[in-house]
Amino acid sequence: MVLLGKWVKTVLWWLPMVLPAGLFVYFLSLGTATQSLSYDWLPQLGVRLSLHLDGLSRLFVLLITGIGALVFAYTSSYLKGHAYLDRFYGYLSLFMGAMIGLVLSENLISLFVFWELTSISSFFLIGFNNDQSASRKSALTALIITGMGGLSLLAAGILLGYVGDTYSIIELTQSADYLRAHPQYSLAVLLIFGAAFTKSAQFPFHFWLPGAMKAPTPVSTYLHSATMVKAGVYLLLRFTPVLGGTELWQSSLLWVGGITMLYAAFHSIFRTDMKAILAYSTIAALGVLVFLIGMGSNSALQAAGVFILVHALYKATLFLITGIVDHETHSRNVLQLAGLRKVLLPVAIAGLLAAVSNAGIPPSFGFIGKDLMYEAALHHGAGAWVLLGALILTNVLLLYAGFLVGIKPFIGPLPEKHAHLHWPSAWMWVPPVLLGVLSLGFGLWPVAASRLSEVFLPALGLQPPPALKLWHGFNLILGLSAATIGSGLLLWFLLKPGEKGLARLQKLAWLSPERLLGGFARGVGMFSVVWTNLFQHGYLRYYVMTIVLVLSAGMGYRMFNNYTWQTSFTPLLNLTVYEVSIVAIMLISIGFAVFSKSRLAAVAGLGVVGYAICLLFVFYSAPDLAMTQFTVDTLTVILFVLVLYRLPKYMQISNKLTIARDGLVALTFGGLVTLLALLVLEQPVQRDVADFYAANAYLLAKGKNVVNVILVDFRGLDTLVEITVLSIAALGVFGLLKLRLKTTERRG
Amino acid sequence: MEILLAIMIGVLYAAGIYMMFRRSLVKLIIGIILLGNGANLLIFLLGRLVKGKPPIIAEGSKYLSEAYADPVPQALILTAIVISFGLQAFAIVLIKRTYKVVKTEDLDQINTFDEFE
Repeated sequence: MVLLGKWVKTVLWWLPMVLPAGLFVYFLSLGTATQSLSYDWLPQLGVRLSLHLDGLSRLFVLLITGIGALVFAYTSSYLKGHAYLDRFYGYLSLFMGAMIGLVLSENLISLFVFWELTSISSFFLIGFNNDQSASRKSALTALIITGMGGLSLLAAGILLGYVGDTYSIIELTQSADYLRAHPQYSLAVLLIFGAAFTKSAQFPFHFWLPGAMKAPTPVSTYLHSATMVKAGVYLLLRFTPVLGGTELWQSSLLWVGGITMLYAAFHSIFRTDMKAILAYSTIAALGVLVFLIGMGSNSALQAAGVFILVHALYKATLFLITGIVDHETHSRNVLQLAGLRKVLLPVAIAGLLAAVSNAGIPPSFGFIGKDLMYEAALHHGAGAWVLLGALILTNVLLLYAGFLVGIKPFIGPLPEKHAHLHWPSAWMWVPPVLLGVLSLGFGLWPVAASRLSEVFLPALGLQPPPALKLWHGFNLILGLSAATIGSGLLLWFLLKPGEKGLARLQKLAWLSPERLLGGFARGVGMFSVVWTNLFQHGYLRYYVMTIVLVLSAGMGYRMFNNYTWQTSFTPLLNLTVYEVSIVAIMLISIGFAVFSKSRLAAVAGLGVVGYAICLLFVFYSAPDLAMTQFTVDTLTVILFVLVLYRLPKYMQISNKLTIARDGLVALTFGGLVTLLALLVLEQPVQRDVADFYAANAYLLAKGKNVVNVILVDFRGLDTLVEITVLSIAALGVFGLLKLRLKTTERRG
Repeated sequence: MEILLAIMIGVLYAAGIYMMFRRSLVKLIIGIILLGNGANLLIFLLGRLVKGKPPIIAEGSKYLSEAYADPVPQALILTAIVISFGLQAFAIVLIKRTYKVVKTEDLDQINTFDEFE
């Protein structure tokens, strides 16, 4: 795709659509049998690349490749001549591949990998118009929300893999009873919910979806009708046999799905932008699906399966005609569009078919879907009428939204400025018409869809359902359907679309989860700024003070809590004159180093301290140390004097209070170190290492000075590294001394 | 002597820390040097003081038989002294350069802050 980019944009424009079309035919030709394919990936961790094609995956795979093929074809005309058309096909193919992998994965880990791939590729697709800041922002929002879901899925996968001792979904299904009784069950369910609700835009994570409408229309079509957002629904269906059937699972799904569908359906009727209407009605449809999965009965799951297909067909059609209308008239505002049937006849027909299917008017496929929904709700048992009422209300509102997009732009008088329009390229109008006709065709001949539906439920471990039928005779459900359509039409004639409703809704916007999340994000940002300013203030001495105080507190707590003082110090008080005098010299010179007002005196004091330490080393059997200390100390003092003699006098900046505070902290720490030393001296000494070196210095390394042997032989490599460090320091010193700054680099 | 030395080490630590709290760059270096000396002495003390028995194998002998000073802390300290010399030398020269460029040794005036958006 990348290599052929140049030709794809010009001559080979038909090439990309061969891939999805070919895959569609391939998957169709596989028949309805369940198939598996498996490769080892990380066998040590039980991660396999297992592909499993059953009734559930088949439905999704056919949708992904079928609608994919139409979207690819549509894009070839919609984005004709676009500078980055090749890139677009690349993203779209990546996304399609990830989606196929997602629905075919039988292993939790590969499922997660494909899940993340869809998030990432959809990020590029949503942000395809990357020169617009709104587009970038929407892409980022979508990525953050779905990315959170991805993490949640990973956690769920690891948890289930740990509890069930396998990452295979089929094997997990077999131990479903054990999983449901496990104490970690609720956590696993919540994590799966976290993944599914973010991906499928359930309340309160729904807000990324309307934002994602900034993408080019083919992307919206593909992501929101058939693929990306249905991934969450797929996940829930896939895990129904594993985790479903409990009170937690069902009632949470009912609540979340119910709230989502009512909230979004209500929002959809107040929008005037065709894509915004479709975005909210998509959220509502996803809510309906989650709601149906929450009911969990055989018929409800069958209804969900059928509704996935129904929705994919009519929603893709509506998106595609929106794209055409936008492309031709450069407007998506339903208030301004009218009478387009006179110039865009095939588009109008497709819109009508989709709106009819969406409304569930017989003989469309949507009618069958709605029938099944109502039947499932009616047989739910307790609370059936509440569920039914919620579904009917949603469907009435959705009918209105569908009419607004599918019919409203095409009826009425044609405005003057659109009179010159003519039919778009066949590549653009054929896909929506084809999908619209399918919506009708599946309704008239439900046998065609029955084959999919027959294998769908067994994939979830349930009995195959009765075949789909258009006509069930006169019964309560038919009455409910008729009532839905009737009230929908009534609403259609009573409520005129306008800006007022939207304006009224905007007043409540501060309550929306999007705002709350935005506020939360700002709050976190502010908190981290305050936090950083508090602790990362840039004053070295306060960093040091923080470290010293924390260390003192820790050491002090440990010493005074856990130790009893029982030493008699008398054997240690065995002093000679020269020892005492050395310590006295040291104390005096430390005083000079610290308190002297002259830098030279301070450096001299420092030198005397060094020499005194040198003498201590001589007394206490460390001749090598004495020699090293003597050399280094001399060098340091010379360097100090040579380099620093030209600096001005010390500043007197600190006031008395600061000095007192610093002195207190420093003395506390010093005192604690003294105590520490005394405490350690109480303990018996371990000399195993010393004895090893003492015994082997000559025998193994042929050296008589044990300290030297340790440095140059036993730990020779360390010494080599040390020499390297010193060389680097020497190079640095040399470089700094030789450095000549340009005048521009000197800051005053 | 051990007690006296322990107190001595405490004083070295306190003096070092106190000097590191100052705003002057030179005092900061002096503080680091004092602290380093204190740490070396602490290691030395904890290896126990042994008078007049350096860990050197006598002529004609193949290993240290009688009591001797622990060579391991000595090797450690030797490394520490040398490394800290590298650090001190570099720091001293760096101070010199810094002073030449910014004309101050006040740490607070050398500070630059990252700007938050």
